Amino acid sequence: MAKNFFIFKGTRDYIASPALCDAVNVAAALERPLLVKGEPGTGKTLLAYSIAKGLSMPLLTWHVKSTTKATDGLYVYDAVARLYDSRFGDKDVRDIRQYIELGPLGKALTADERTVLLIDEVDKADLEFPNDLLRELDEMSFYIPETGETFKAKNRPIVVITSNNEKELPDAFLRRCVFHFIEFPGKDLMERIVRVHHPDIEKKLAGQCLERFYWLRGIDSMRKRPSTSELIDWIAALLAGGVSEKVLRKELPFLGTLVKHEDDLEKVNRAMRSNHW
Amino acid sequence: MFLDFFYELRSRGVPVTPLEWLSFMEALVMGLAFSDLVRMYHLARALCVKSETLYDAFDQAWLSVFKGIETPLDIREEIWSWLENPVLPAGLGEKDLERFRQAVDLEELRKQFEQRLKEQDERHDGGNKWIGTGGTSPFGHSGVHPGGLRVGGHGTGGMAAQIAARRAFRNYRSDRVLDTRQIGTALRKLRRFAREGARMEVDLDETIIQTARNAGDICVIEKPERVASVKLLLLMDAGGSMEPYARLVERLFSAASKASHFKDFKAYYFHNCVYEQVFEDMSRWKGVDVEQMLKTLDGSYRLVMVGDASMAPSELLSRYGAIDYYHRNEQPGIYRLEQLNDHFERTVWLNPMRLHLWRHPTVIRIAELFPMFELTLDGLEKAMEYLAGKKTLPPDVPEGPVRYWRTDRYY
Repeated sequence: MAKNFFIFKGTRDYIASPALCDAVNVAAALERPLLVKGEPGTGKTLLAYSIAKGLSMPLLTWHVKSTTKATDGLYVYDAVARLYDSRFGDKDVRDIRQYIELGPLGKALTADERTVLLIDEVDKADLEFPNDLLRELDEMSFYIPETGETFKAKNRPIVVITSNNEKELPDAFLRRCVFHFIEFPGKDLMERIVRVHHPDIEKKLAGQCLERFYWLRGIDSMRKRPSTSELIDWIAALLAGGVSEKVLRKELPFLGTLVKHEDDLEKVNRAMRSNHW
Repeated sequence: MFLDFFYELRSRGVPVTPLEWLSFMEALVMGLAFSDLVRMYHLARALCVKSETLYDAFDQAWLSVFKGIETPLDIREEIWSWLENPVLPAGLGEKDLERFRQAVDLEELRKQFEQRLKEQDERHDGGNKWIGTGGTSPFGHSGVHPGGLRVGGHGTGGMAAQIAARRAFRNYRSDRVLDTRQIGTALRKLRRFAREGARMEVDLDETIIQTARNAGDICVIEKPERVASVKLLLLMDAGGSMEPYARLVERLFSAASKASHFKDFKAYYFHNCVYEQVFEDMSRWKGVDVEQMLKTLDGSYRLVMVGDASMAPSELLSRYGAIDYYHRNEQPGIYRLEQLNDHFERTVWLNPMRLHLWRHPTVIRIAELFPMFELTLDGLEKAMEYLAGKKTLPPDVPEGPVRYWRTDRYY
């Protein structure tokens, strides 16, 4: 059976670097999960949305929390509802299947069409979490002991996994992934990204914003350097506030959208003074 | 040459496994990169490198192997000859190799590839449609995107080398200095939880599940409470030669004290070497007797020593050798260090000096005693692995003549 490769090139509202596109395409072709890392706010999560949109596939999202267990992604067996029904309900409780609720991974593996599955912030969960997923991601199949059913994916989903480096991921897990680190965008790419979000912004103002933004990022030893998404918010605030490029030369209005730590504000102020603003 | 790249990567510390290498081959065979060396660079990186801290090493390896290469066509023959006789790097089981041989039908593949190449010769239309056939074998068959193949000189190989030469990821190298968050992440390697001996608590989830399975008759399940079990003792050098690293040590301290996954955390300072006392506060000389400390802290504490370990040999080896003139230590410093090392089951020494500066007599002596690691992201992680009981070994002190460095000038 002929199978067409997908080709992802970013979408209108998501600009992806060639390296990122290649990583996505190879992950899709080899049917391996794609692990994406990068500074916060560089668009790790949005990538999955963009892939789904760009390749017109449905998107399933699984936001991992510190308490998430691997089986939650596959299915949850609602024993309490069944118990309740057995006492007070009128359903036939012998059919366990009606108490099995599929999780995002379970849905992706049982879907009739190829889907994009986002496993967001995989490092938030327990250290063993990625290992518990290995088999399911490898074989793209899972077994529900309660009903004795085994599901195997008809179409292996494109799995996008994001990590913020909070925890080291196990080697066995990494070996199976395609890895991409989203580099912080340089000025040219950033200008394109800004244009996508604020198409009407004046060229001069955009230039000045970027100038200031990269200056801020260049300040030594910031605890948290402002990110792309914060830049977008900041520009939105500037536009809404009608701040002109001239004002921006002398001061930094709405600094709170960019700098979130008190220590960092201090550092910015110090840097402004030493630069004779 | 192709395999050279594998070994080049390994020798530069990128832990590519043969299976990852096979995935890369698989991607090449599927035609994901035959046409374009930049794309091949991306593929190799995405499949062989799993951490941004290794991107720089990858770039260097790429440069040293593929520098003169103009187009992937130049190495095509090599890829083919490799595929025909896949000698695989050591470490790959015969089984994997066998699987690879079976999965790839070379004859067929080659035919298809040549076919694509011919088609390409006929129409240089530069489209971007990707055609793939097969897909049933785990290694896929063929599938070259016709638009991209270039027969002739103007490839993009130079560009891939250029990208590598930019070495844009130098800043992500893990042997760089650390920030608090990175230290915190590294310290989490020490995290251990135990469910032993502690108070019992009701395991609600399990109780509900078991009750439901028990047809509704209540069935209470208990389990011991989960508690952090690792205790950490940090001893930090606050001597003059440590001045350049003061901020680094401060970060280590703040990360360790903020970490919530230690059952207990204690920190003291010392001045160049440990003698009778360690200090809670260096500026006020508020001291605690080492003997007393060892009585209160049992051997299960993990001991982390932080210091440059560089001092005058007399400070380490002589009675009355302490740097503070009025301090008359009855026991030489080395005796105290041995005592500490013996008392605690697991100890490490973190040295903020880079490895090549360790040819210093007291550093060598102390490194014989304590497993000594560099205080870099890499070193710290290895040290924590060692403390956690993994088989990580400290680096060897480099060969060479013994030197007395002015440590503050050589970082």
